Amino acid sequence: MTAPNQGTRPTSLILSAATRLIAGLMLMFSVFMLLRGHNAPGGGFVGGLIAVTAFALYAKSRGTEEARRTLGLPPEVIAVAGLGCALGAGLVGPLLGRPFLTGQWLVIGGDGHGGGFAISNIVLFDIGVYLVVVGAVLTVLFALEEEV
Amino acid sequence: MKPELLLVAPLVIAFATGIATFLARRRPRLAGALSVGGAALLLAAALALLAQVVAAGPIATQAANWPAPFGITFVADLLSAIMVATTGVMALVIAVYALAEIPRPLESAGFHTFYQILIGGVCGAFLTGDLFNLYVWFEVNLMASFALLVLGGSREQLDGGIKYVAINLVATAMFLVAVAVLYGLTGTLNMADLHQSVGRVGDVGLLTVVACLFLLGFGIKSAVFPLFFWLPASYHTPPVTVSALFAALLTKVGVYALIRVFTLIFTRDVAFTHTVLLVVAGLTMVTGVLGAVAQMQVRRLLAFHIISQIGYMIMGLALMTPLALAGAIYFMLHNILAKANLFLISGVMRRTAGSFDLGEIGGLWKANPALALLFAVAAFSLAGMPPLSGFWGKLLLIKAGLDAESYAIAAVALTVGLLTLYSMVKIWNEGFWKPHPAGDGGVVTLAAALPGGRVWLLMAPIVVLAGLTVAMGLFAGPVVRVMLTAADQLLNSDAYVAAVFGSGR
Repeated sequence: MTAPNQGTRPTSLILSAATRLIAGLMLMFSVFMLLRGHNAPGGGFVGGLIAVTAFALYAKSRGTEEARRTLGLPPEVIAVAGLGCALGAGLVGPLLGRPFLTGQWLVIGGDGHGGGFAISNIVLFDIGVYLVVVGAVLTVLFALEEEV
Repeated sequence: MKPELLLVAPLVIAFATGIATFLARRRPRLAGALSVGGAALLLAAALALLAQVVAAGPIATQAANWPAPFGITFVADLLSAIMVATTGVMALVIAVYALAEIPRPLESAGFHTFYQILIGGVCGAFLTGDLFNLYVWFEVNLMASFALLVLGGSREQLDGGIKYVAINLVATAMFLVAVAVLYGLTGTLNMADLHQSVGRVGDVGLLTVVACLFLLGFGIKSAVFPLFFWLPASYHTPPVTVSALFAALLTKVGVYALIRVFTLIFTRDVAFTHTVLLVVAGLTMVTGVLGAVAQMQVRRLLAFHIISQIGYMIMGLALMTPLALAGAIYFMLHNILAKANLFLISGVMRRTAGSFDLGEIGGLWKANPALALLFAVAAFSLAGMPPLSGFWGKLLLIKAGLDAESYAIAAVALTVGLLTLYSMVKIWNEGFWKPHPAGDGGVVTLAAALPGGRVWLLMAPIVVLAGLTVAMGLFAGPVVRVMLTAADQLLNSDAYVAAVFGSGR
């Protein structure tokens, strides 16, 4: 699918120059939000939306064709992969005899009374949400952009 | 398996099947088989859940092990369990029908994936014990159903789809505002916790306003008067499989949500809120059935009847007696089976007689007597002929209306029943009885319309649903007893609240 008006689409030098800078920053910020969500406001949903905004900006300045190429994978594949991550993270609990989605923590280092680096399946769940949001919203966004 | 896991099993199965069908999307035959297999598994899990709840009362589980009311609770009382089991049945039979009806390009565009996600979303809405989480499931349903509605992308579909999504966004926005105000009033969104804390709210007036916001939001979702216009505008455009799935489940999620919040949370000013519900119920029944009288297109006609019958369910909720609520649940179950079946039959009618338009078809009785018989079962059940299921549903509701001395609503319910019969007889006369306008050659037999064994993929779901309709009528006694227990759990929420807070762990 290619946009019929790809060639005639007005391009703005300011927008494309700014996008080059801003889109990268936004993507880094989205990952920051994703990881921050672990113990503070933030998380996969809002992080995903910020990442989508970066790609939306990129698609506006360079066209969806170029944005799709940059994304690498078809957005619907990203969405389903995210769903798989979230579901898998949720199932860790039941496998260990706890309720669905229960967090299982692995502490690397530390002395057992705090400290060390704690990681859990909740991160995987959050990454799953991030990917679902990125994939699902971009699927819709690209489709709308290409129909018009 | 622990009983608590049964609460999340339907969701996990549906979403895992969605992922599997996506991976297999380039091989439609495999994806279709996976979809049917997943639906069968979901039905098994749902029946196990129902058996558990019938045997031991409401059960709950706390997602991520956060204790209620801080985390998200999944909880099933008898109403939820019945609805999930019904969803399982519909998911399975409609998935089988889809194998023969959905064209290959739609299958590779992800039809089965959206189908499974919608099923998972519906189960989630029935099982959650948290208002905000309910909102999330509504959004999941909205996205998946919009995708199903416009898949294929004809102009007509997009037109209906935009109307559908626009008004449903208004509904979810209204719902979200109501959730926010309610949270401001009580400081909680756990439904069992709300049940206890609304009693402590000083400002009953504001609480009633919130109740009306919920009524608006869920009312749009369940297509009650005067918020139903999106439904007949969109339900006749997608493939028959999708129409049938929507007719079976989508509006019922709205009705379920209404029943849940107006029995568990908003019971402080029943004189006002439930009177509004009663008026809405009456007007919904009448406008729906009158809208149907004017239609000549089978699916549009059936779509108006969905609205009319939503009115009966709301009537049961508005009366708020054990008998009325049992009637509403029985009627909802009956309606899901009969209405979805009529949509499935309309698809076969078009395949054999060539059109959805009643003016252009006919002669189906002579060409396909078996189909005519199956149509008669579903249609006369819908119209309320004894001993089919619709009769018992209406009997319970009208009896409850008379007991509550609401004679007006009982009279409306009776009259609307007659008009329903008129519409069903119209389909019968036009589609089955009168000769086909193009002569005997206009109608082909089922076997000719669908060569190979595929005719059974279309007919088996119709036969199963018709069988269930008959069984619900013949075994009305035991079924109604279960419904009465469900109604009792709705009116005495102690067991529900105890399940949410007491499961401890």
